[in-house]
Amino acid sequence: MSTVAELLEGKRVCICAGSGGVGKTTTSAAIAMGMAARGLRVVVVTIDPARRLANSLGLQTLGNEPRLVAPERFAAEGLEMKGELWAMMLDAKRTFDELIERLSPDERSRDEVLGNRIYQELSNAVAGSQEFTAIAKLYELDQEGDYDLLVLDTPPSRNALDFLDAPDRLTQFFEGRALQVFLRPTGFATRIVGAGTGVVFSVLKRVTGVDLLQDLSVFFRALGGMIDGFRERAEQVGRLLEDPGTTFLLVTSPEGEPIEEAIFFRRKLKAARMPFGGVIVNRVHRGVDHPDLAAVERELAGELGDKLAAKVAANLGDHQVLAERDAAGIARLEQELGERPLLEVPQFDGDVHDVEGLLRIHRYLFATAKRRREMLAELVS
Amino acid sequence: MPGLLDKRLVFITGKGGVGKSTVAVALGLAAARRGRRTMVAELQGQQRVSAALDGEAATFAETRVADGLYTISIDAHEAMREYLRLRAGPFADLLASSRMFSYFAAATPGMRELLQIGKVWELTQLDRRTKAADGYDLVVVDAPASGHGAGLLRTPRTFAELARVGPIAHQGRRIDEMIRDRTRTGIVAVALPEEMPVNETLALRAELRAELGHDLDLVVINAVMPRRFSAREATAIRGALDHAGSPAARAGLHAALSAHLRAGEQRAQVRRLARGLERRPVLLPFVFAPALDRAALETLSATLEAAL
Repeated sequence: MSTVAELLEGKRVCICAGSGGVGKTTTSAAIAMGMAARGLRVVVVTIDPARRLANSLGLQTLGNEPRLVAPERFAAEGLEMKGELWAMMLDAKRTFDELIERLSPDERSRDEVLGNRIYQELSNAVAGSQEFTAIAKLYELDQEGDYDLLVLDTPPSRNALDFLDAPDRLTQFFEGRALQVFLRPTGFATRIVGAGTGVVFSVLKRVTGVDLLQDLSVFFRALGGMIDGFRERAEQVGRLLEDPGTTFLLVTSPEGEPIEEAIFFRRKLKAARMPFGGVIVNRVHRGVDHPDLAAVERELAGELGDKLAAKVAANLGDHQVLAERDAAGIARLEQELGERPLLEVPQFDGDVHDVEGLLRIHRYLFATAKRRREMLAELVS
Repeated sequence: MPGLLDKRLVFITGKGGVGKSTVAVALGLAAARRGRRTMVAELQGQQRVSAALDGEAATFAETRVADGLYTISIDAHEAMREYLRLRAGPFADLLASSRMFSYFAAATPGMRELLQIGKVWELTQLDRRTKAADGYDLVVVDAPASGHGAGLLRTPRTFAELARVGPIAHQGRRIDEMIRDRTRTGIVAVALPEEMPVNETLALRAELRAELGHDLDLVVINAVMPRRFSAREATAIRGALDHAGSPAARAGLHAALSAHLRAGEQRAQVRRLARGLERRPVLLPFVFAPALDRAALETLSATLEAAL
């Protein structure tokens, strides 16, 4: 069990999770591309991809619907597409709007929410809404059943865990009682038993302002009719995350903080009994065991001259610091993973933002463990 | 216009993983060296500031971490309790413990951000409304990843407009005035010399200018690799790889070529950012160490200060 193709055997949904800046978007695209090349109909759902990557996949327009990536783009780089690669850029606001439209009991409450200033100005700020819309879209695509495999590039939240909690937090947000209080501001003193309530509301008015409370109650009342729909949707989405046809792949870099976050995420997945496929470690620096820098300098001085040989040796010393840091991070991660595989992808010399770059990542992800080790060793020999 | 460290409030923004906390601490150290009583505030409870300075984990209590340098982790719930104690007097505890109120705070979009930025504003006041607290000359905020960063800065005005009258409207307007006042508030963007962070920095700048009328006061590019080899040297190194050699020497040649290519790519991104910004960003060098220690932070801080 070591190539991505094996990890995704029999899976319908692959969620790539990890902290920001570790190459999640390109990894997701490379995985989707590789599976499509092997004959599946695959869609990769991505958020805010690098412009060059988006262009190279033909995604310059935000459509919120998947588009077929022309197979010629890959043929030109020598990859034959036996299946189809579809890609979409997620528009979180639009997905949320669509969800409101779908869950509204009638046109009036739909227009009331979509037209409400609080919704318009702040719907992006609803805790976890971007994470929620990403999986809500995933759920829709899964229900429609048009694809063999969905690959989701999760939103660039600082804390990757936000993603797992998103359905819960949104359920809480729409939780009946929170809204009930605001649905009938005039009537709630009689609805809620307890002497303190009247005082609470008047103090609340004093610290927030009456207008804000009124605007909010209009907003909440309009949302009120959708509570059950939202709760149900959040539950369905939560079930999709636990489905055996789903798998989480953690993406990380070998630096301290992302590694710690990956470990934390792994534990959280375990505790939540969510399916975990393995870890992909990007941007790994490869080194050699304890090189003698003085000997390297002496050996190269004949061909390169003293000055350049000294610079090459000094650079190797710096490089080794990173290689050793990376090796320590990977060892720590492996200890935590037990049987689950860890796939290393090396640090490339440039940014990876075109089809050729995707192919380079793809070669490592879809190689057997043995072949991958050989490829990594060749990089320094 | 006062220099960056002479302002009262500085937001450090940028994409996740670019080293915002490092820059926040480095700027804080620089300000403290100049004798300014400085607070570095974190909003996401990640304890990066205290960790960088080997301190105890930061809490809502203002904690001294170095000479003239303090830190706080601003939790929205704590900020709410404090605000209520000041606003609602004897009813504060009743309100804070009321389920209705916690629903209100949790369910209102943007309320969390408003509470946090309200606390940041409170920290900038020389005459602190929190009892027995001293004022700060400068408050540096390690802001959430951009996208959310610009949203955070907009929150006070949004609430001021929504509430129109009343305490939140009043407070929101005062905070918004301060954020828009470039003599008092500075915004720093942190990027890496890579495609995505450069794009995001340019997008953030456009957004800030359009929506806040506020340009970036400083752009810092973090972790820039040194340019060690000339093109001619790179050719010689490539030539040397054609001959057999010891594994360590070959690894050294590969590492040198890779460093050369990466440095070149990074310079191209730096140039792209400089063109987009119409000025040169400040470059901080890549630190070849498993983790940043105090000495490395002081060095980065000195580099940053020299560039201001």
